[in-house]
Amino acid sequence: MTAAAQGPGYEVVVIGAGHNGLVCAAYLARAGRKVLVLEAAPTVGGAAVTQEFSPGFRVSSCAHLLHLMPEFLCSELALDKHGLEFAANALPTVALSTEREPLVLDAAAHEGLLEPDGSAYAGYRARMAEFAAALQPLFERAPPRLGTGAYADWAGLLRFGWQIRRLGRPRMRELLRIGAMNVYDLLQEHFSDPGLQGALAFDAVLGTNFGPRSPGTVLTLLCRLAAQGAAGVGGLRLPRGGLGALSAALAGAATAAGAEIRTAAAVARILVKDDRAYGVQLRSGEQIRADAVVSNADPKSSLLGLLGAEHLDTGFVRRVHHLRTHGLTAKLHLALRGPPRFSTVPGALQGGRLLVAPSLHYLERCFNSTKYGEYSAAPAMEIIVPTLHDPALAPRGAHVLSAIVQYLPYQLRGGWDAGRQPCVDVLIAALEVHAPGITGLVQAAELLTPLDIEQRFHIQGGHWHHGELAFDQFYMVRPVPGATQYSTPLAGLYLCGAGSHPGGGVMGYAGRNAARRILALRAAA
Amino acid sequence: MSASAPPRTFFEQPLLKTPFHERSRAFSQLDSFVPWAGYTTVDVFSSVEQEYFAIRNSATLYDLTPMVKYRISGPDALRYLNRLVTRDVAKIRPGRVGYCVWCNDAGHLIDDGTIFCLAAGEYRLCTAERQLDWLLDSAIGFDVQLEEVTEQIAALALQGPTSCAVLRRRGLSGVEKLRPFEIGQFQAGPQALMVSRTGFTGDLGYELWMDPASAESQWDALMAAGGTRGVRPIGSRALNIARIEAGFLLPNVDFVSAEHTLRTGRDRSPLELGLAWLVDFGKGHFTGRRSLWKEQQRGVARQLVGLDIEGNKPAHHALLYAERAGDHEVGSVLSATWSPTCKRNIALAMVAAPHFRIGSTMWADIYLNRELVWERRMARALVVERPFFSPERRRATPPADF
Repeated sequence: MTAAAQGPGYEVVVIGAGHNGLVCAAYLARAGRKVLVLEAAPTVGGAAVTQEFSPGFRVSSCAHLLHLMPEFLCSELALDKHGLEFAANALPTVALSTEREPLVLDAAAHEGLLEPDGSAYAGYRARMAEFAAALQPLFERAPPRLGTGAYADWAGLLRFGWQIRRLGRPRMRELLRIGAMNVYDLLQEHFSDPGLQGALAFDAVLGTNFGPRSPGTVLTLLCRLAAQGAAGVGGLRLPRGGLGALSAALAGAATAAGAEIRTAAAVARILVKDDRAYGVQLRSGEQIRADAVVSNADPKSSLLGLLGAEHLDTGFVRRVHHLRTHGLTAKLHLALRGPPRFSTVPGALQGGRLLVAPSLHYLERCFNSTKYGEYSAAPAMEIIVPTLHDPALAPRGAHVLSAIVQYLPYQLRGGWDAGRQPCVDVLIAALEVHAPGITGLVQAAELLTPLDIEQRFHIQGGHWHHGELAFDQFYMVRPVPGATQYSTPLAGLYLCGAGSHPGGGVMGYAGRNAARRILALRAAA
Repeated sequence: MSASAPPRTFFEQPLLKTPFHERSRAFSQLDSFVPWAGYTTVDVFSSVEQEYFAIRNSATLYDLTPMVKYRISGPDALRYLNRLVTRDVAKIRPGRVGYCVWCNDAGHLIDDGTIFCLAAGEYRLCTAERQLDWLLDSAIGFDVQLEEVTEQIAALALQGPTSCAVLRRRGLSGVEKLRPFEIGQFQAGPQALMVSRTGFTGDLGYELWMDPASAESQWDALMAAGGTRGVRPIGSRALNIARIEAGFLLPNVDFVSAEHTLRTGRDRSPLELGLAWLVDFGKGHFTGRRSLWKEQQRGVARQLVGLDIEGNKPAHHALLYAERAGDHEVGSVLSATWSPTCKRNIALAMVAAPHFRIGSTMWADIYLNRELVWERRMARALVVERPFFSPERRRATPPADF
C-alpha cells in the first residue's frame, strides 16, 4: 500500500455513492482498508434516492421498492442499526383490469384465478422458484473466466454445472429448455388467463429493453426471482423514507466501518501513470491519490468517459462502445391532493403494487412503439402509493403516486422537450381509467424519461441496469470480456456497479463481490 | 432502372484500373496482370530478371496506386496515431515518413504501413490492405477525421541508382537534397508532385504522389527523362526479389493479419517478426501494449530471421530442421530467393527459440521439381543479419550522380 504511506492518500477511492458503491466501500472499510467515496450529487444514493419533486412531496426517484437486496447483506452490514426501517413488508401484487376483478398475486396465494390456471399457477411458481434457487449462488461470486486454466475459474464453472445438475435430470432438462426462451412462449405453455400472463411477464421485462416475445426474457425473469429468493421473506418492501433511507443506512454502515464519504465531489477523470490508475481528479481540479480506484458508474462512463479510450485497446473499446445501454424505463411521480382510489381494488389492497399489464399483447404493443421512437397510448405501469404506508413523504392528507412506466423511448421522435407534457397527459389519462377522479387530484407531476435518468444520475443511456441484461452481456461476459470479475485492463481500476455481474436492481451483489475480489487480489499481490 | 442508365455489368470486370493502366498495358509484353487490393496490376512486363537488374542498375517505375491511403487529421490526430501504432509517432516530424505496424489487443500484427506527416496534425497512412473498420473503431473517443483517399492519389515508385538523376532531368531541382524518409513538394511541368524518399527495394529510390488526372503525363515525362539513365517499368515479381534482399516483410507471405487468421497460434506479434525496434513501450499506451509487454517479459517463442542457405536452389516453403536427419523441426521458410546481387541463396524464415540467434545453423529441406520429378536437398542454413543488401547509395545525401 505504497501511495497511502506517502502522505495524504487512500488505499481505495470509490467513484459514486450509489448503493453498490456504498456496499463496496463498507466491505472494504470493514476489512481495514482506508476508503474514500466520492459522489457528484449533494446526497448519497445515486439512483437510490428520495427526492423532493414538488414542495413537500418526496419520492424514490427510480426503484421504489426494496425486494432484491439479499438478507445476508443487510445483516452483515447491520442496516437496521444504521436506521433502515420498513414502512411496509410483503406488499401484494395486484393486476389491474378494466374488465373484471383484479388478480391478486402474493407470495403465499392467489385470488381470482379460474381453473385450470389456478392449479397450474402453484406448480409454475414452485418450479420457477427451484430454478431461481439453482441460479442464486452464482450471484454471490465473481463469475469464472474461460481459457485461463486457473483452478478458481475451473471450480467456478464446475460449481455452476453442479448447481444445474443437482436439480435432477428432468428439471435440469426443463431449465435448459426454457433458459433461453422468451417469456411469452413460457407463459403461453402454462396459462390461458391473459391477465395472469401479463402480470407475470411484467416482472420479466421490467427495466429491460425487451418485450415479452424478446429472446432471453425467461433469463431476466429467473434472475429477478433468484434475487428475490435471497432477499428473504420480507417480499416487496417499502423502506420508511423511500430508497434514500436505504442509501443513508448503507452510508452509515460504510462510515461506521471507517470509510469517508464526500458528496458534491464530481470526478472528472481517473489518473493514470505507468499504465496504472493512481487516483482521480475532481471537476474542481483537486487530485486524490489512491492505490486502487473503484467505479460505481456505468461501464461506458467509467471506461470511455472517466478513464478514456486512449488508455485502452481498440478491441476492448469497441466492445464497451457496443454495450447496449439504452433504457426504456421511466418514472412518473404525482403529487396528489388526496388519496387516489383505484375503483376495482379492495381497500386493503390500495397500498399494494398495482400493475397495468393486462395481457402479453398489451406489453408487446407497448414495446413495439418504442422501436420507432414512440410510446403507446396504453402504457404498462407498476404503481404504488407510498404515502399510504409512509405519510411523512407528503404534506398531511396529501399523497404521492409513484409509477414505473415501462416502455418510454430514450429518444422520442420530436424530442422530449416538446413531448414531455403530452406524455404526462397520456399517462395520467391511463391512470384515470383505473382510478377515476385522479386527474382532479394532481397538484404536480414529474416525469423522468430514460434521457432524464441519464442526465440526472449520470447513467449513460439511462438504463437502470447500466446495460441490458442479456445473454451476451451476462455472467461471464458482463459487462464485456476483458472487464469481468470487476477488474479492468488497467491495473488498479475496478468496476463495482450494476454494469458488472449480476447486474442491476437494488441488490448490492456487485458492490459486495467487487470488494471481495479486490481484497482477494490485493491479498495475493 | 431507367432506360438511359448504363448496364450494371461492373461485376463482370470487378478489378479497378489504375490511372497508369493504359501505359502499363502498352509496355506489357506478356500481358501478365494480377489483382492487388482490388486493382489489376502488372506481375511481369517482359522478363523478371531484366526488371530486377533494372532496379539495381538503372531506374524503374512501379505503379503503387493500389496502396491503400488514408487521410488522418483533426486535433487528436497525433494522439490517435500514437494509440494505433506501436512506435512513437511524435518523432515523425512534418515532412517525414515513418514505417509502422499496428496490433490488436493481443499484440498480434494487423498490418504494416507508412505514416506520412504532411504537416502538424495532418497525416497520411499507407497500407497494403484495407483497414477502415479498424481505423474507425480506433477513433472511438478521439477527435479525428478519417478519409480513404486511395482513388484520389495516383502513386509511382521510381527506384534504382539513377532514380535521383532521372528526377533532376525531369526538372525537380533540389530533389537530391531529400534525405531518406523525407518528403518534398516539387513542380513537375505544370503539375505539383509530392516526392518522398521511400521505397520497397532497399535501394536509392523515391515515391511520387500525384493527382490521377496528371498520371499519364507524369509517366510519359519520366520515361522521356530517363534517356541514357534508363527508366523501365517493372512488375511485382521483380520487386519481390528486391524486397527480400532488403529484408522487408510482405503481408500474407511473411505474416497473416490477425484480423484474417482463423486458426489459433497463426497470429504474429511484432516481436516475433523481428520488429521490436518499432515497439516503444515508453511512449504511453497503444493497442496491444499490455500483451506485448508480457510477451517481452517472458521472451518470444519464435522469431523471423534471415537465412543464408548453401547452394543456389531457392528454399521456397522449406521446412527447417535442427539436424540433417530431419528429426526435429524448428521452423519454416516464408520468403526465399536467389539474390542476384549478393550472389547468395537467401530466405526469410520463422524459427523457434533458441535457433533464431544470429550464427545458428539448421537444415532446410528443399524440394526441387526437375522436369516433373521431385528431388529433395538438405541444405545447411545459417542465421544472418538482415538486410541482406543495403548499399551506401540508399543512405547517401546527396546521392552520387550515377
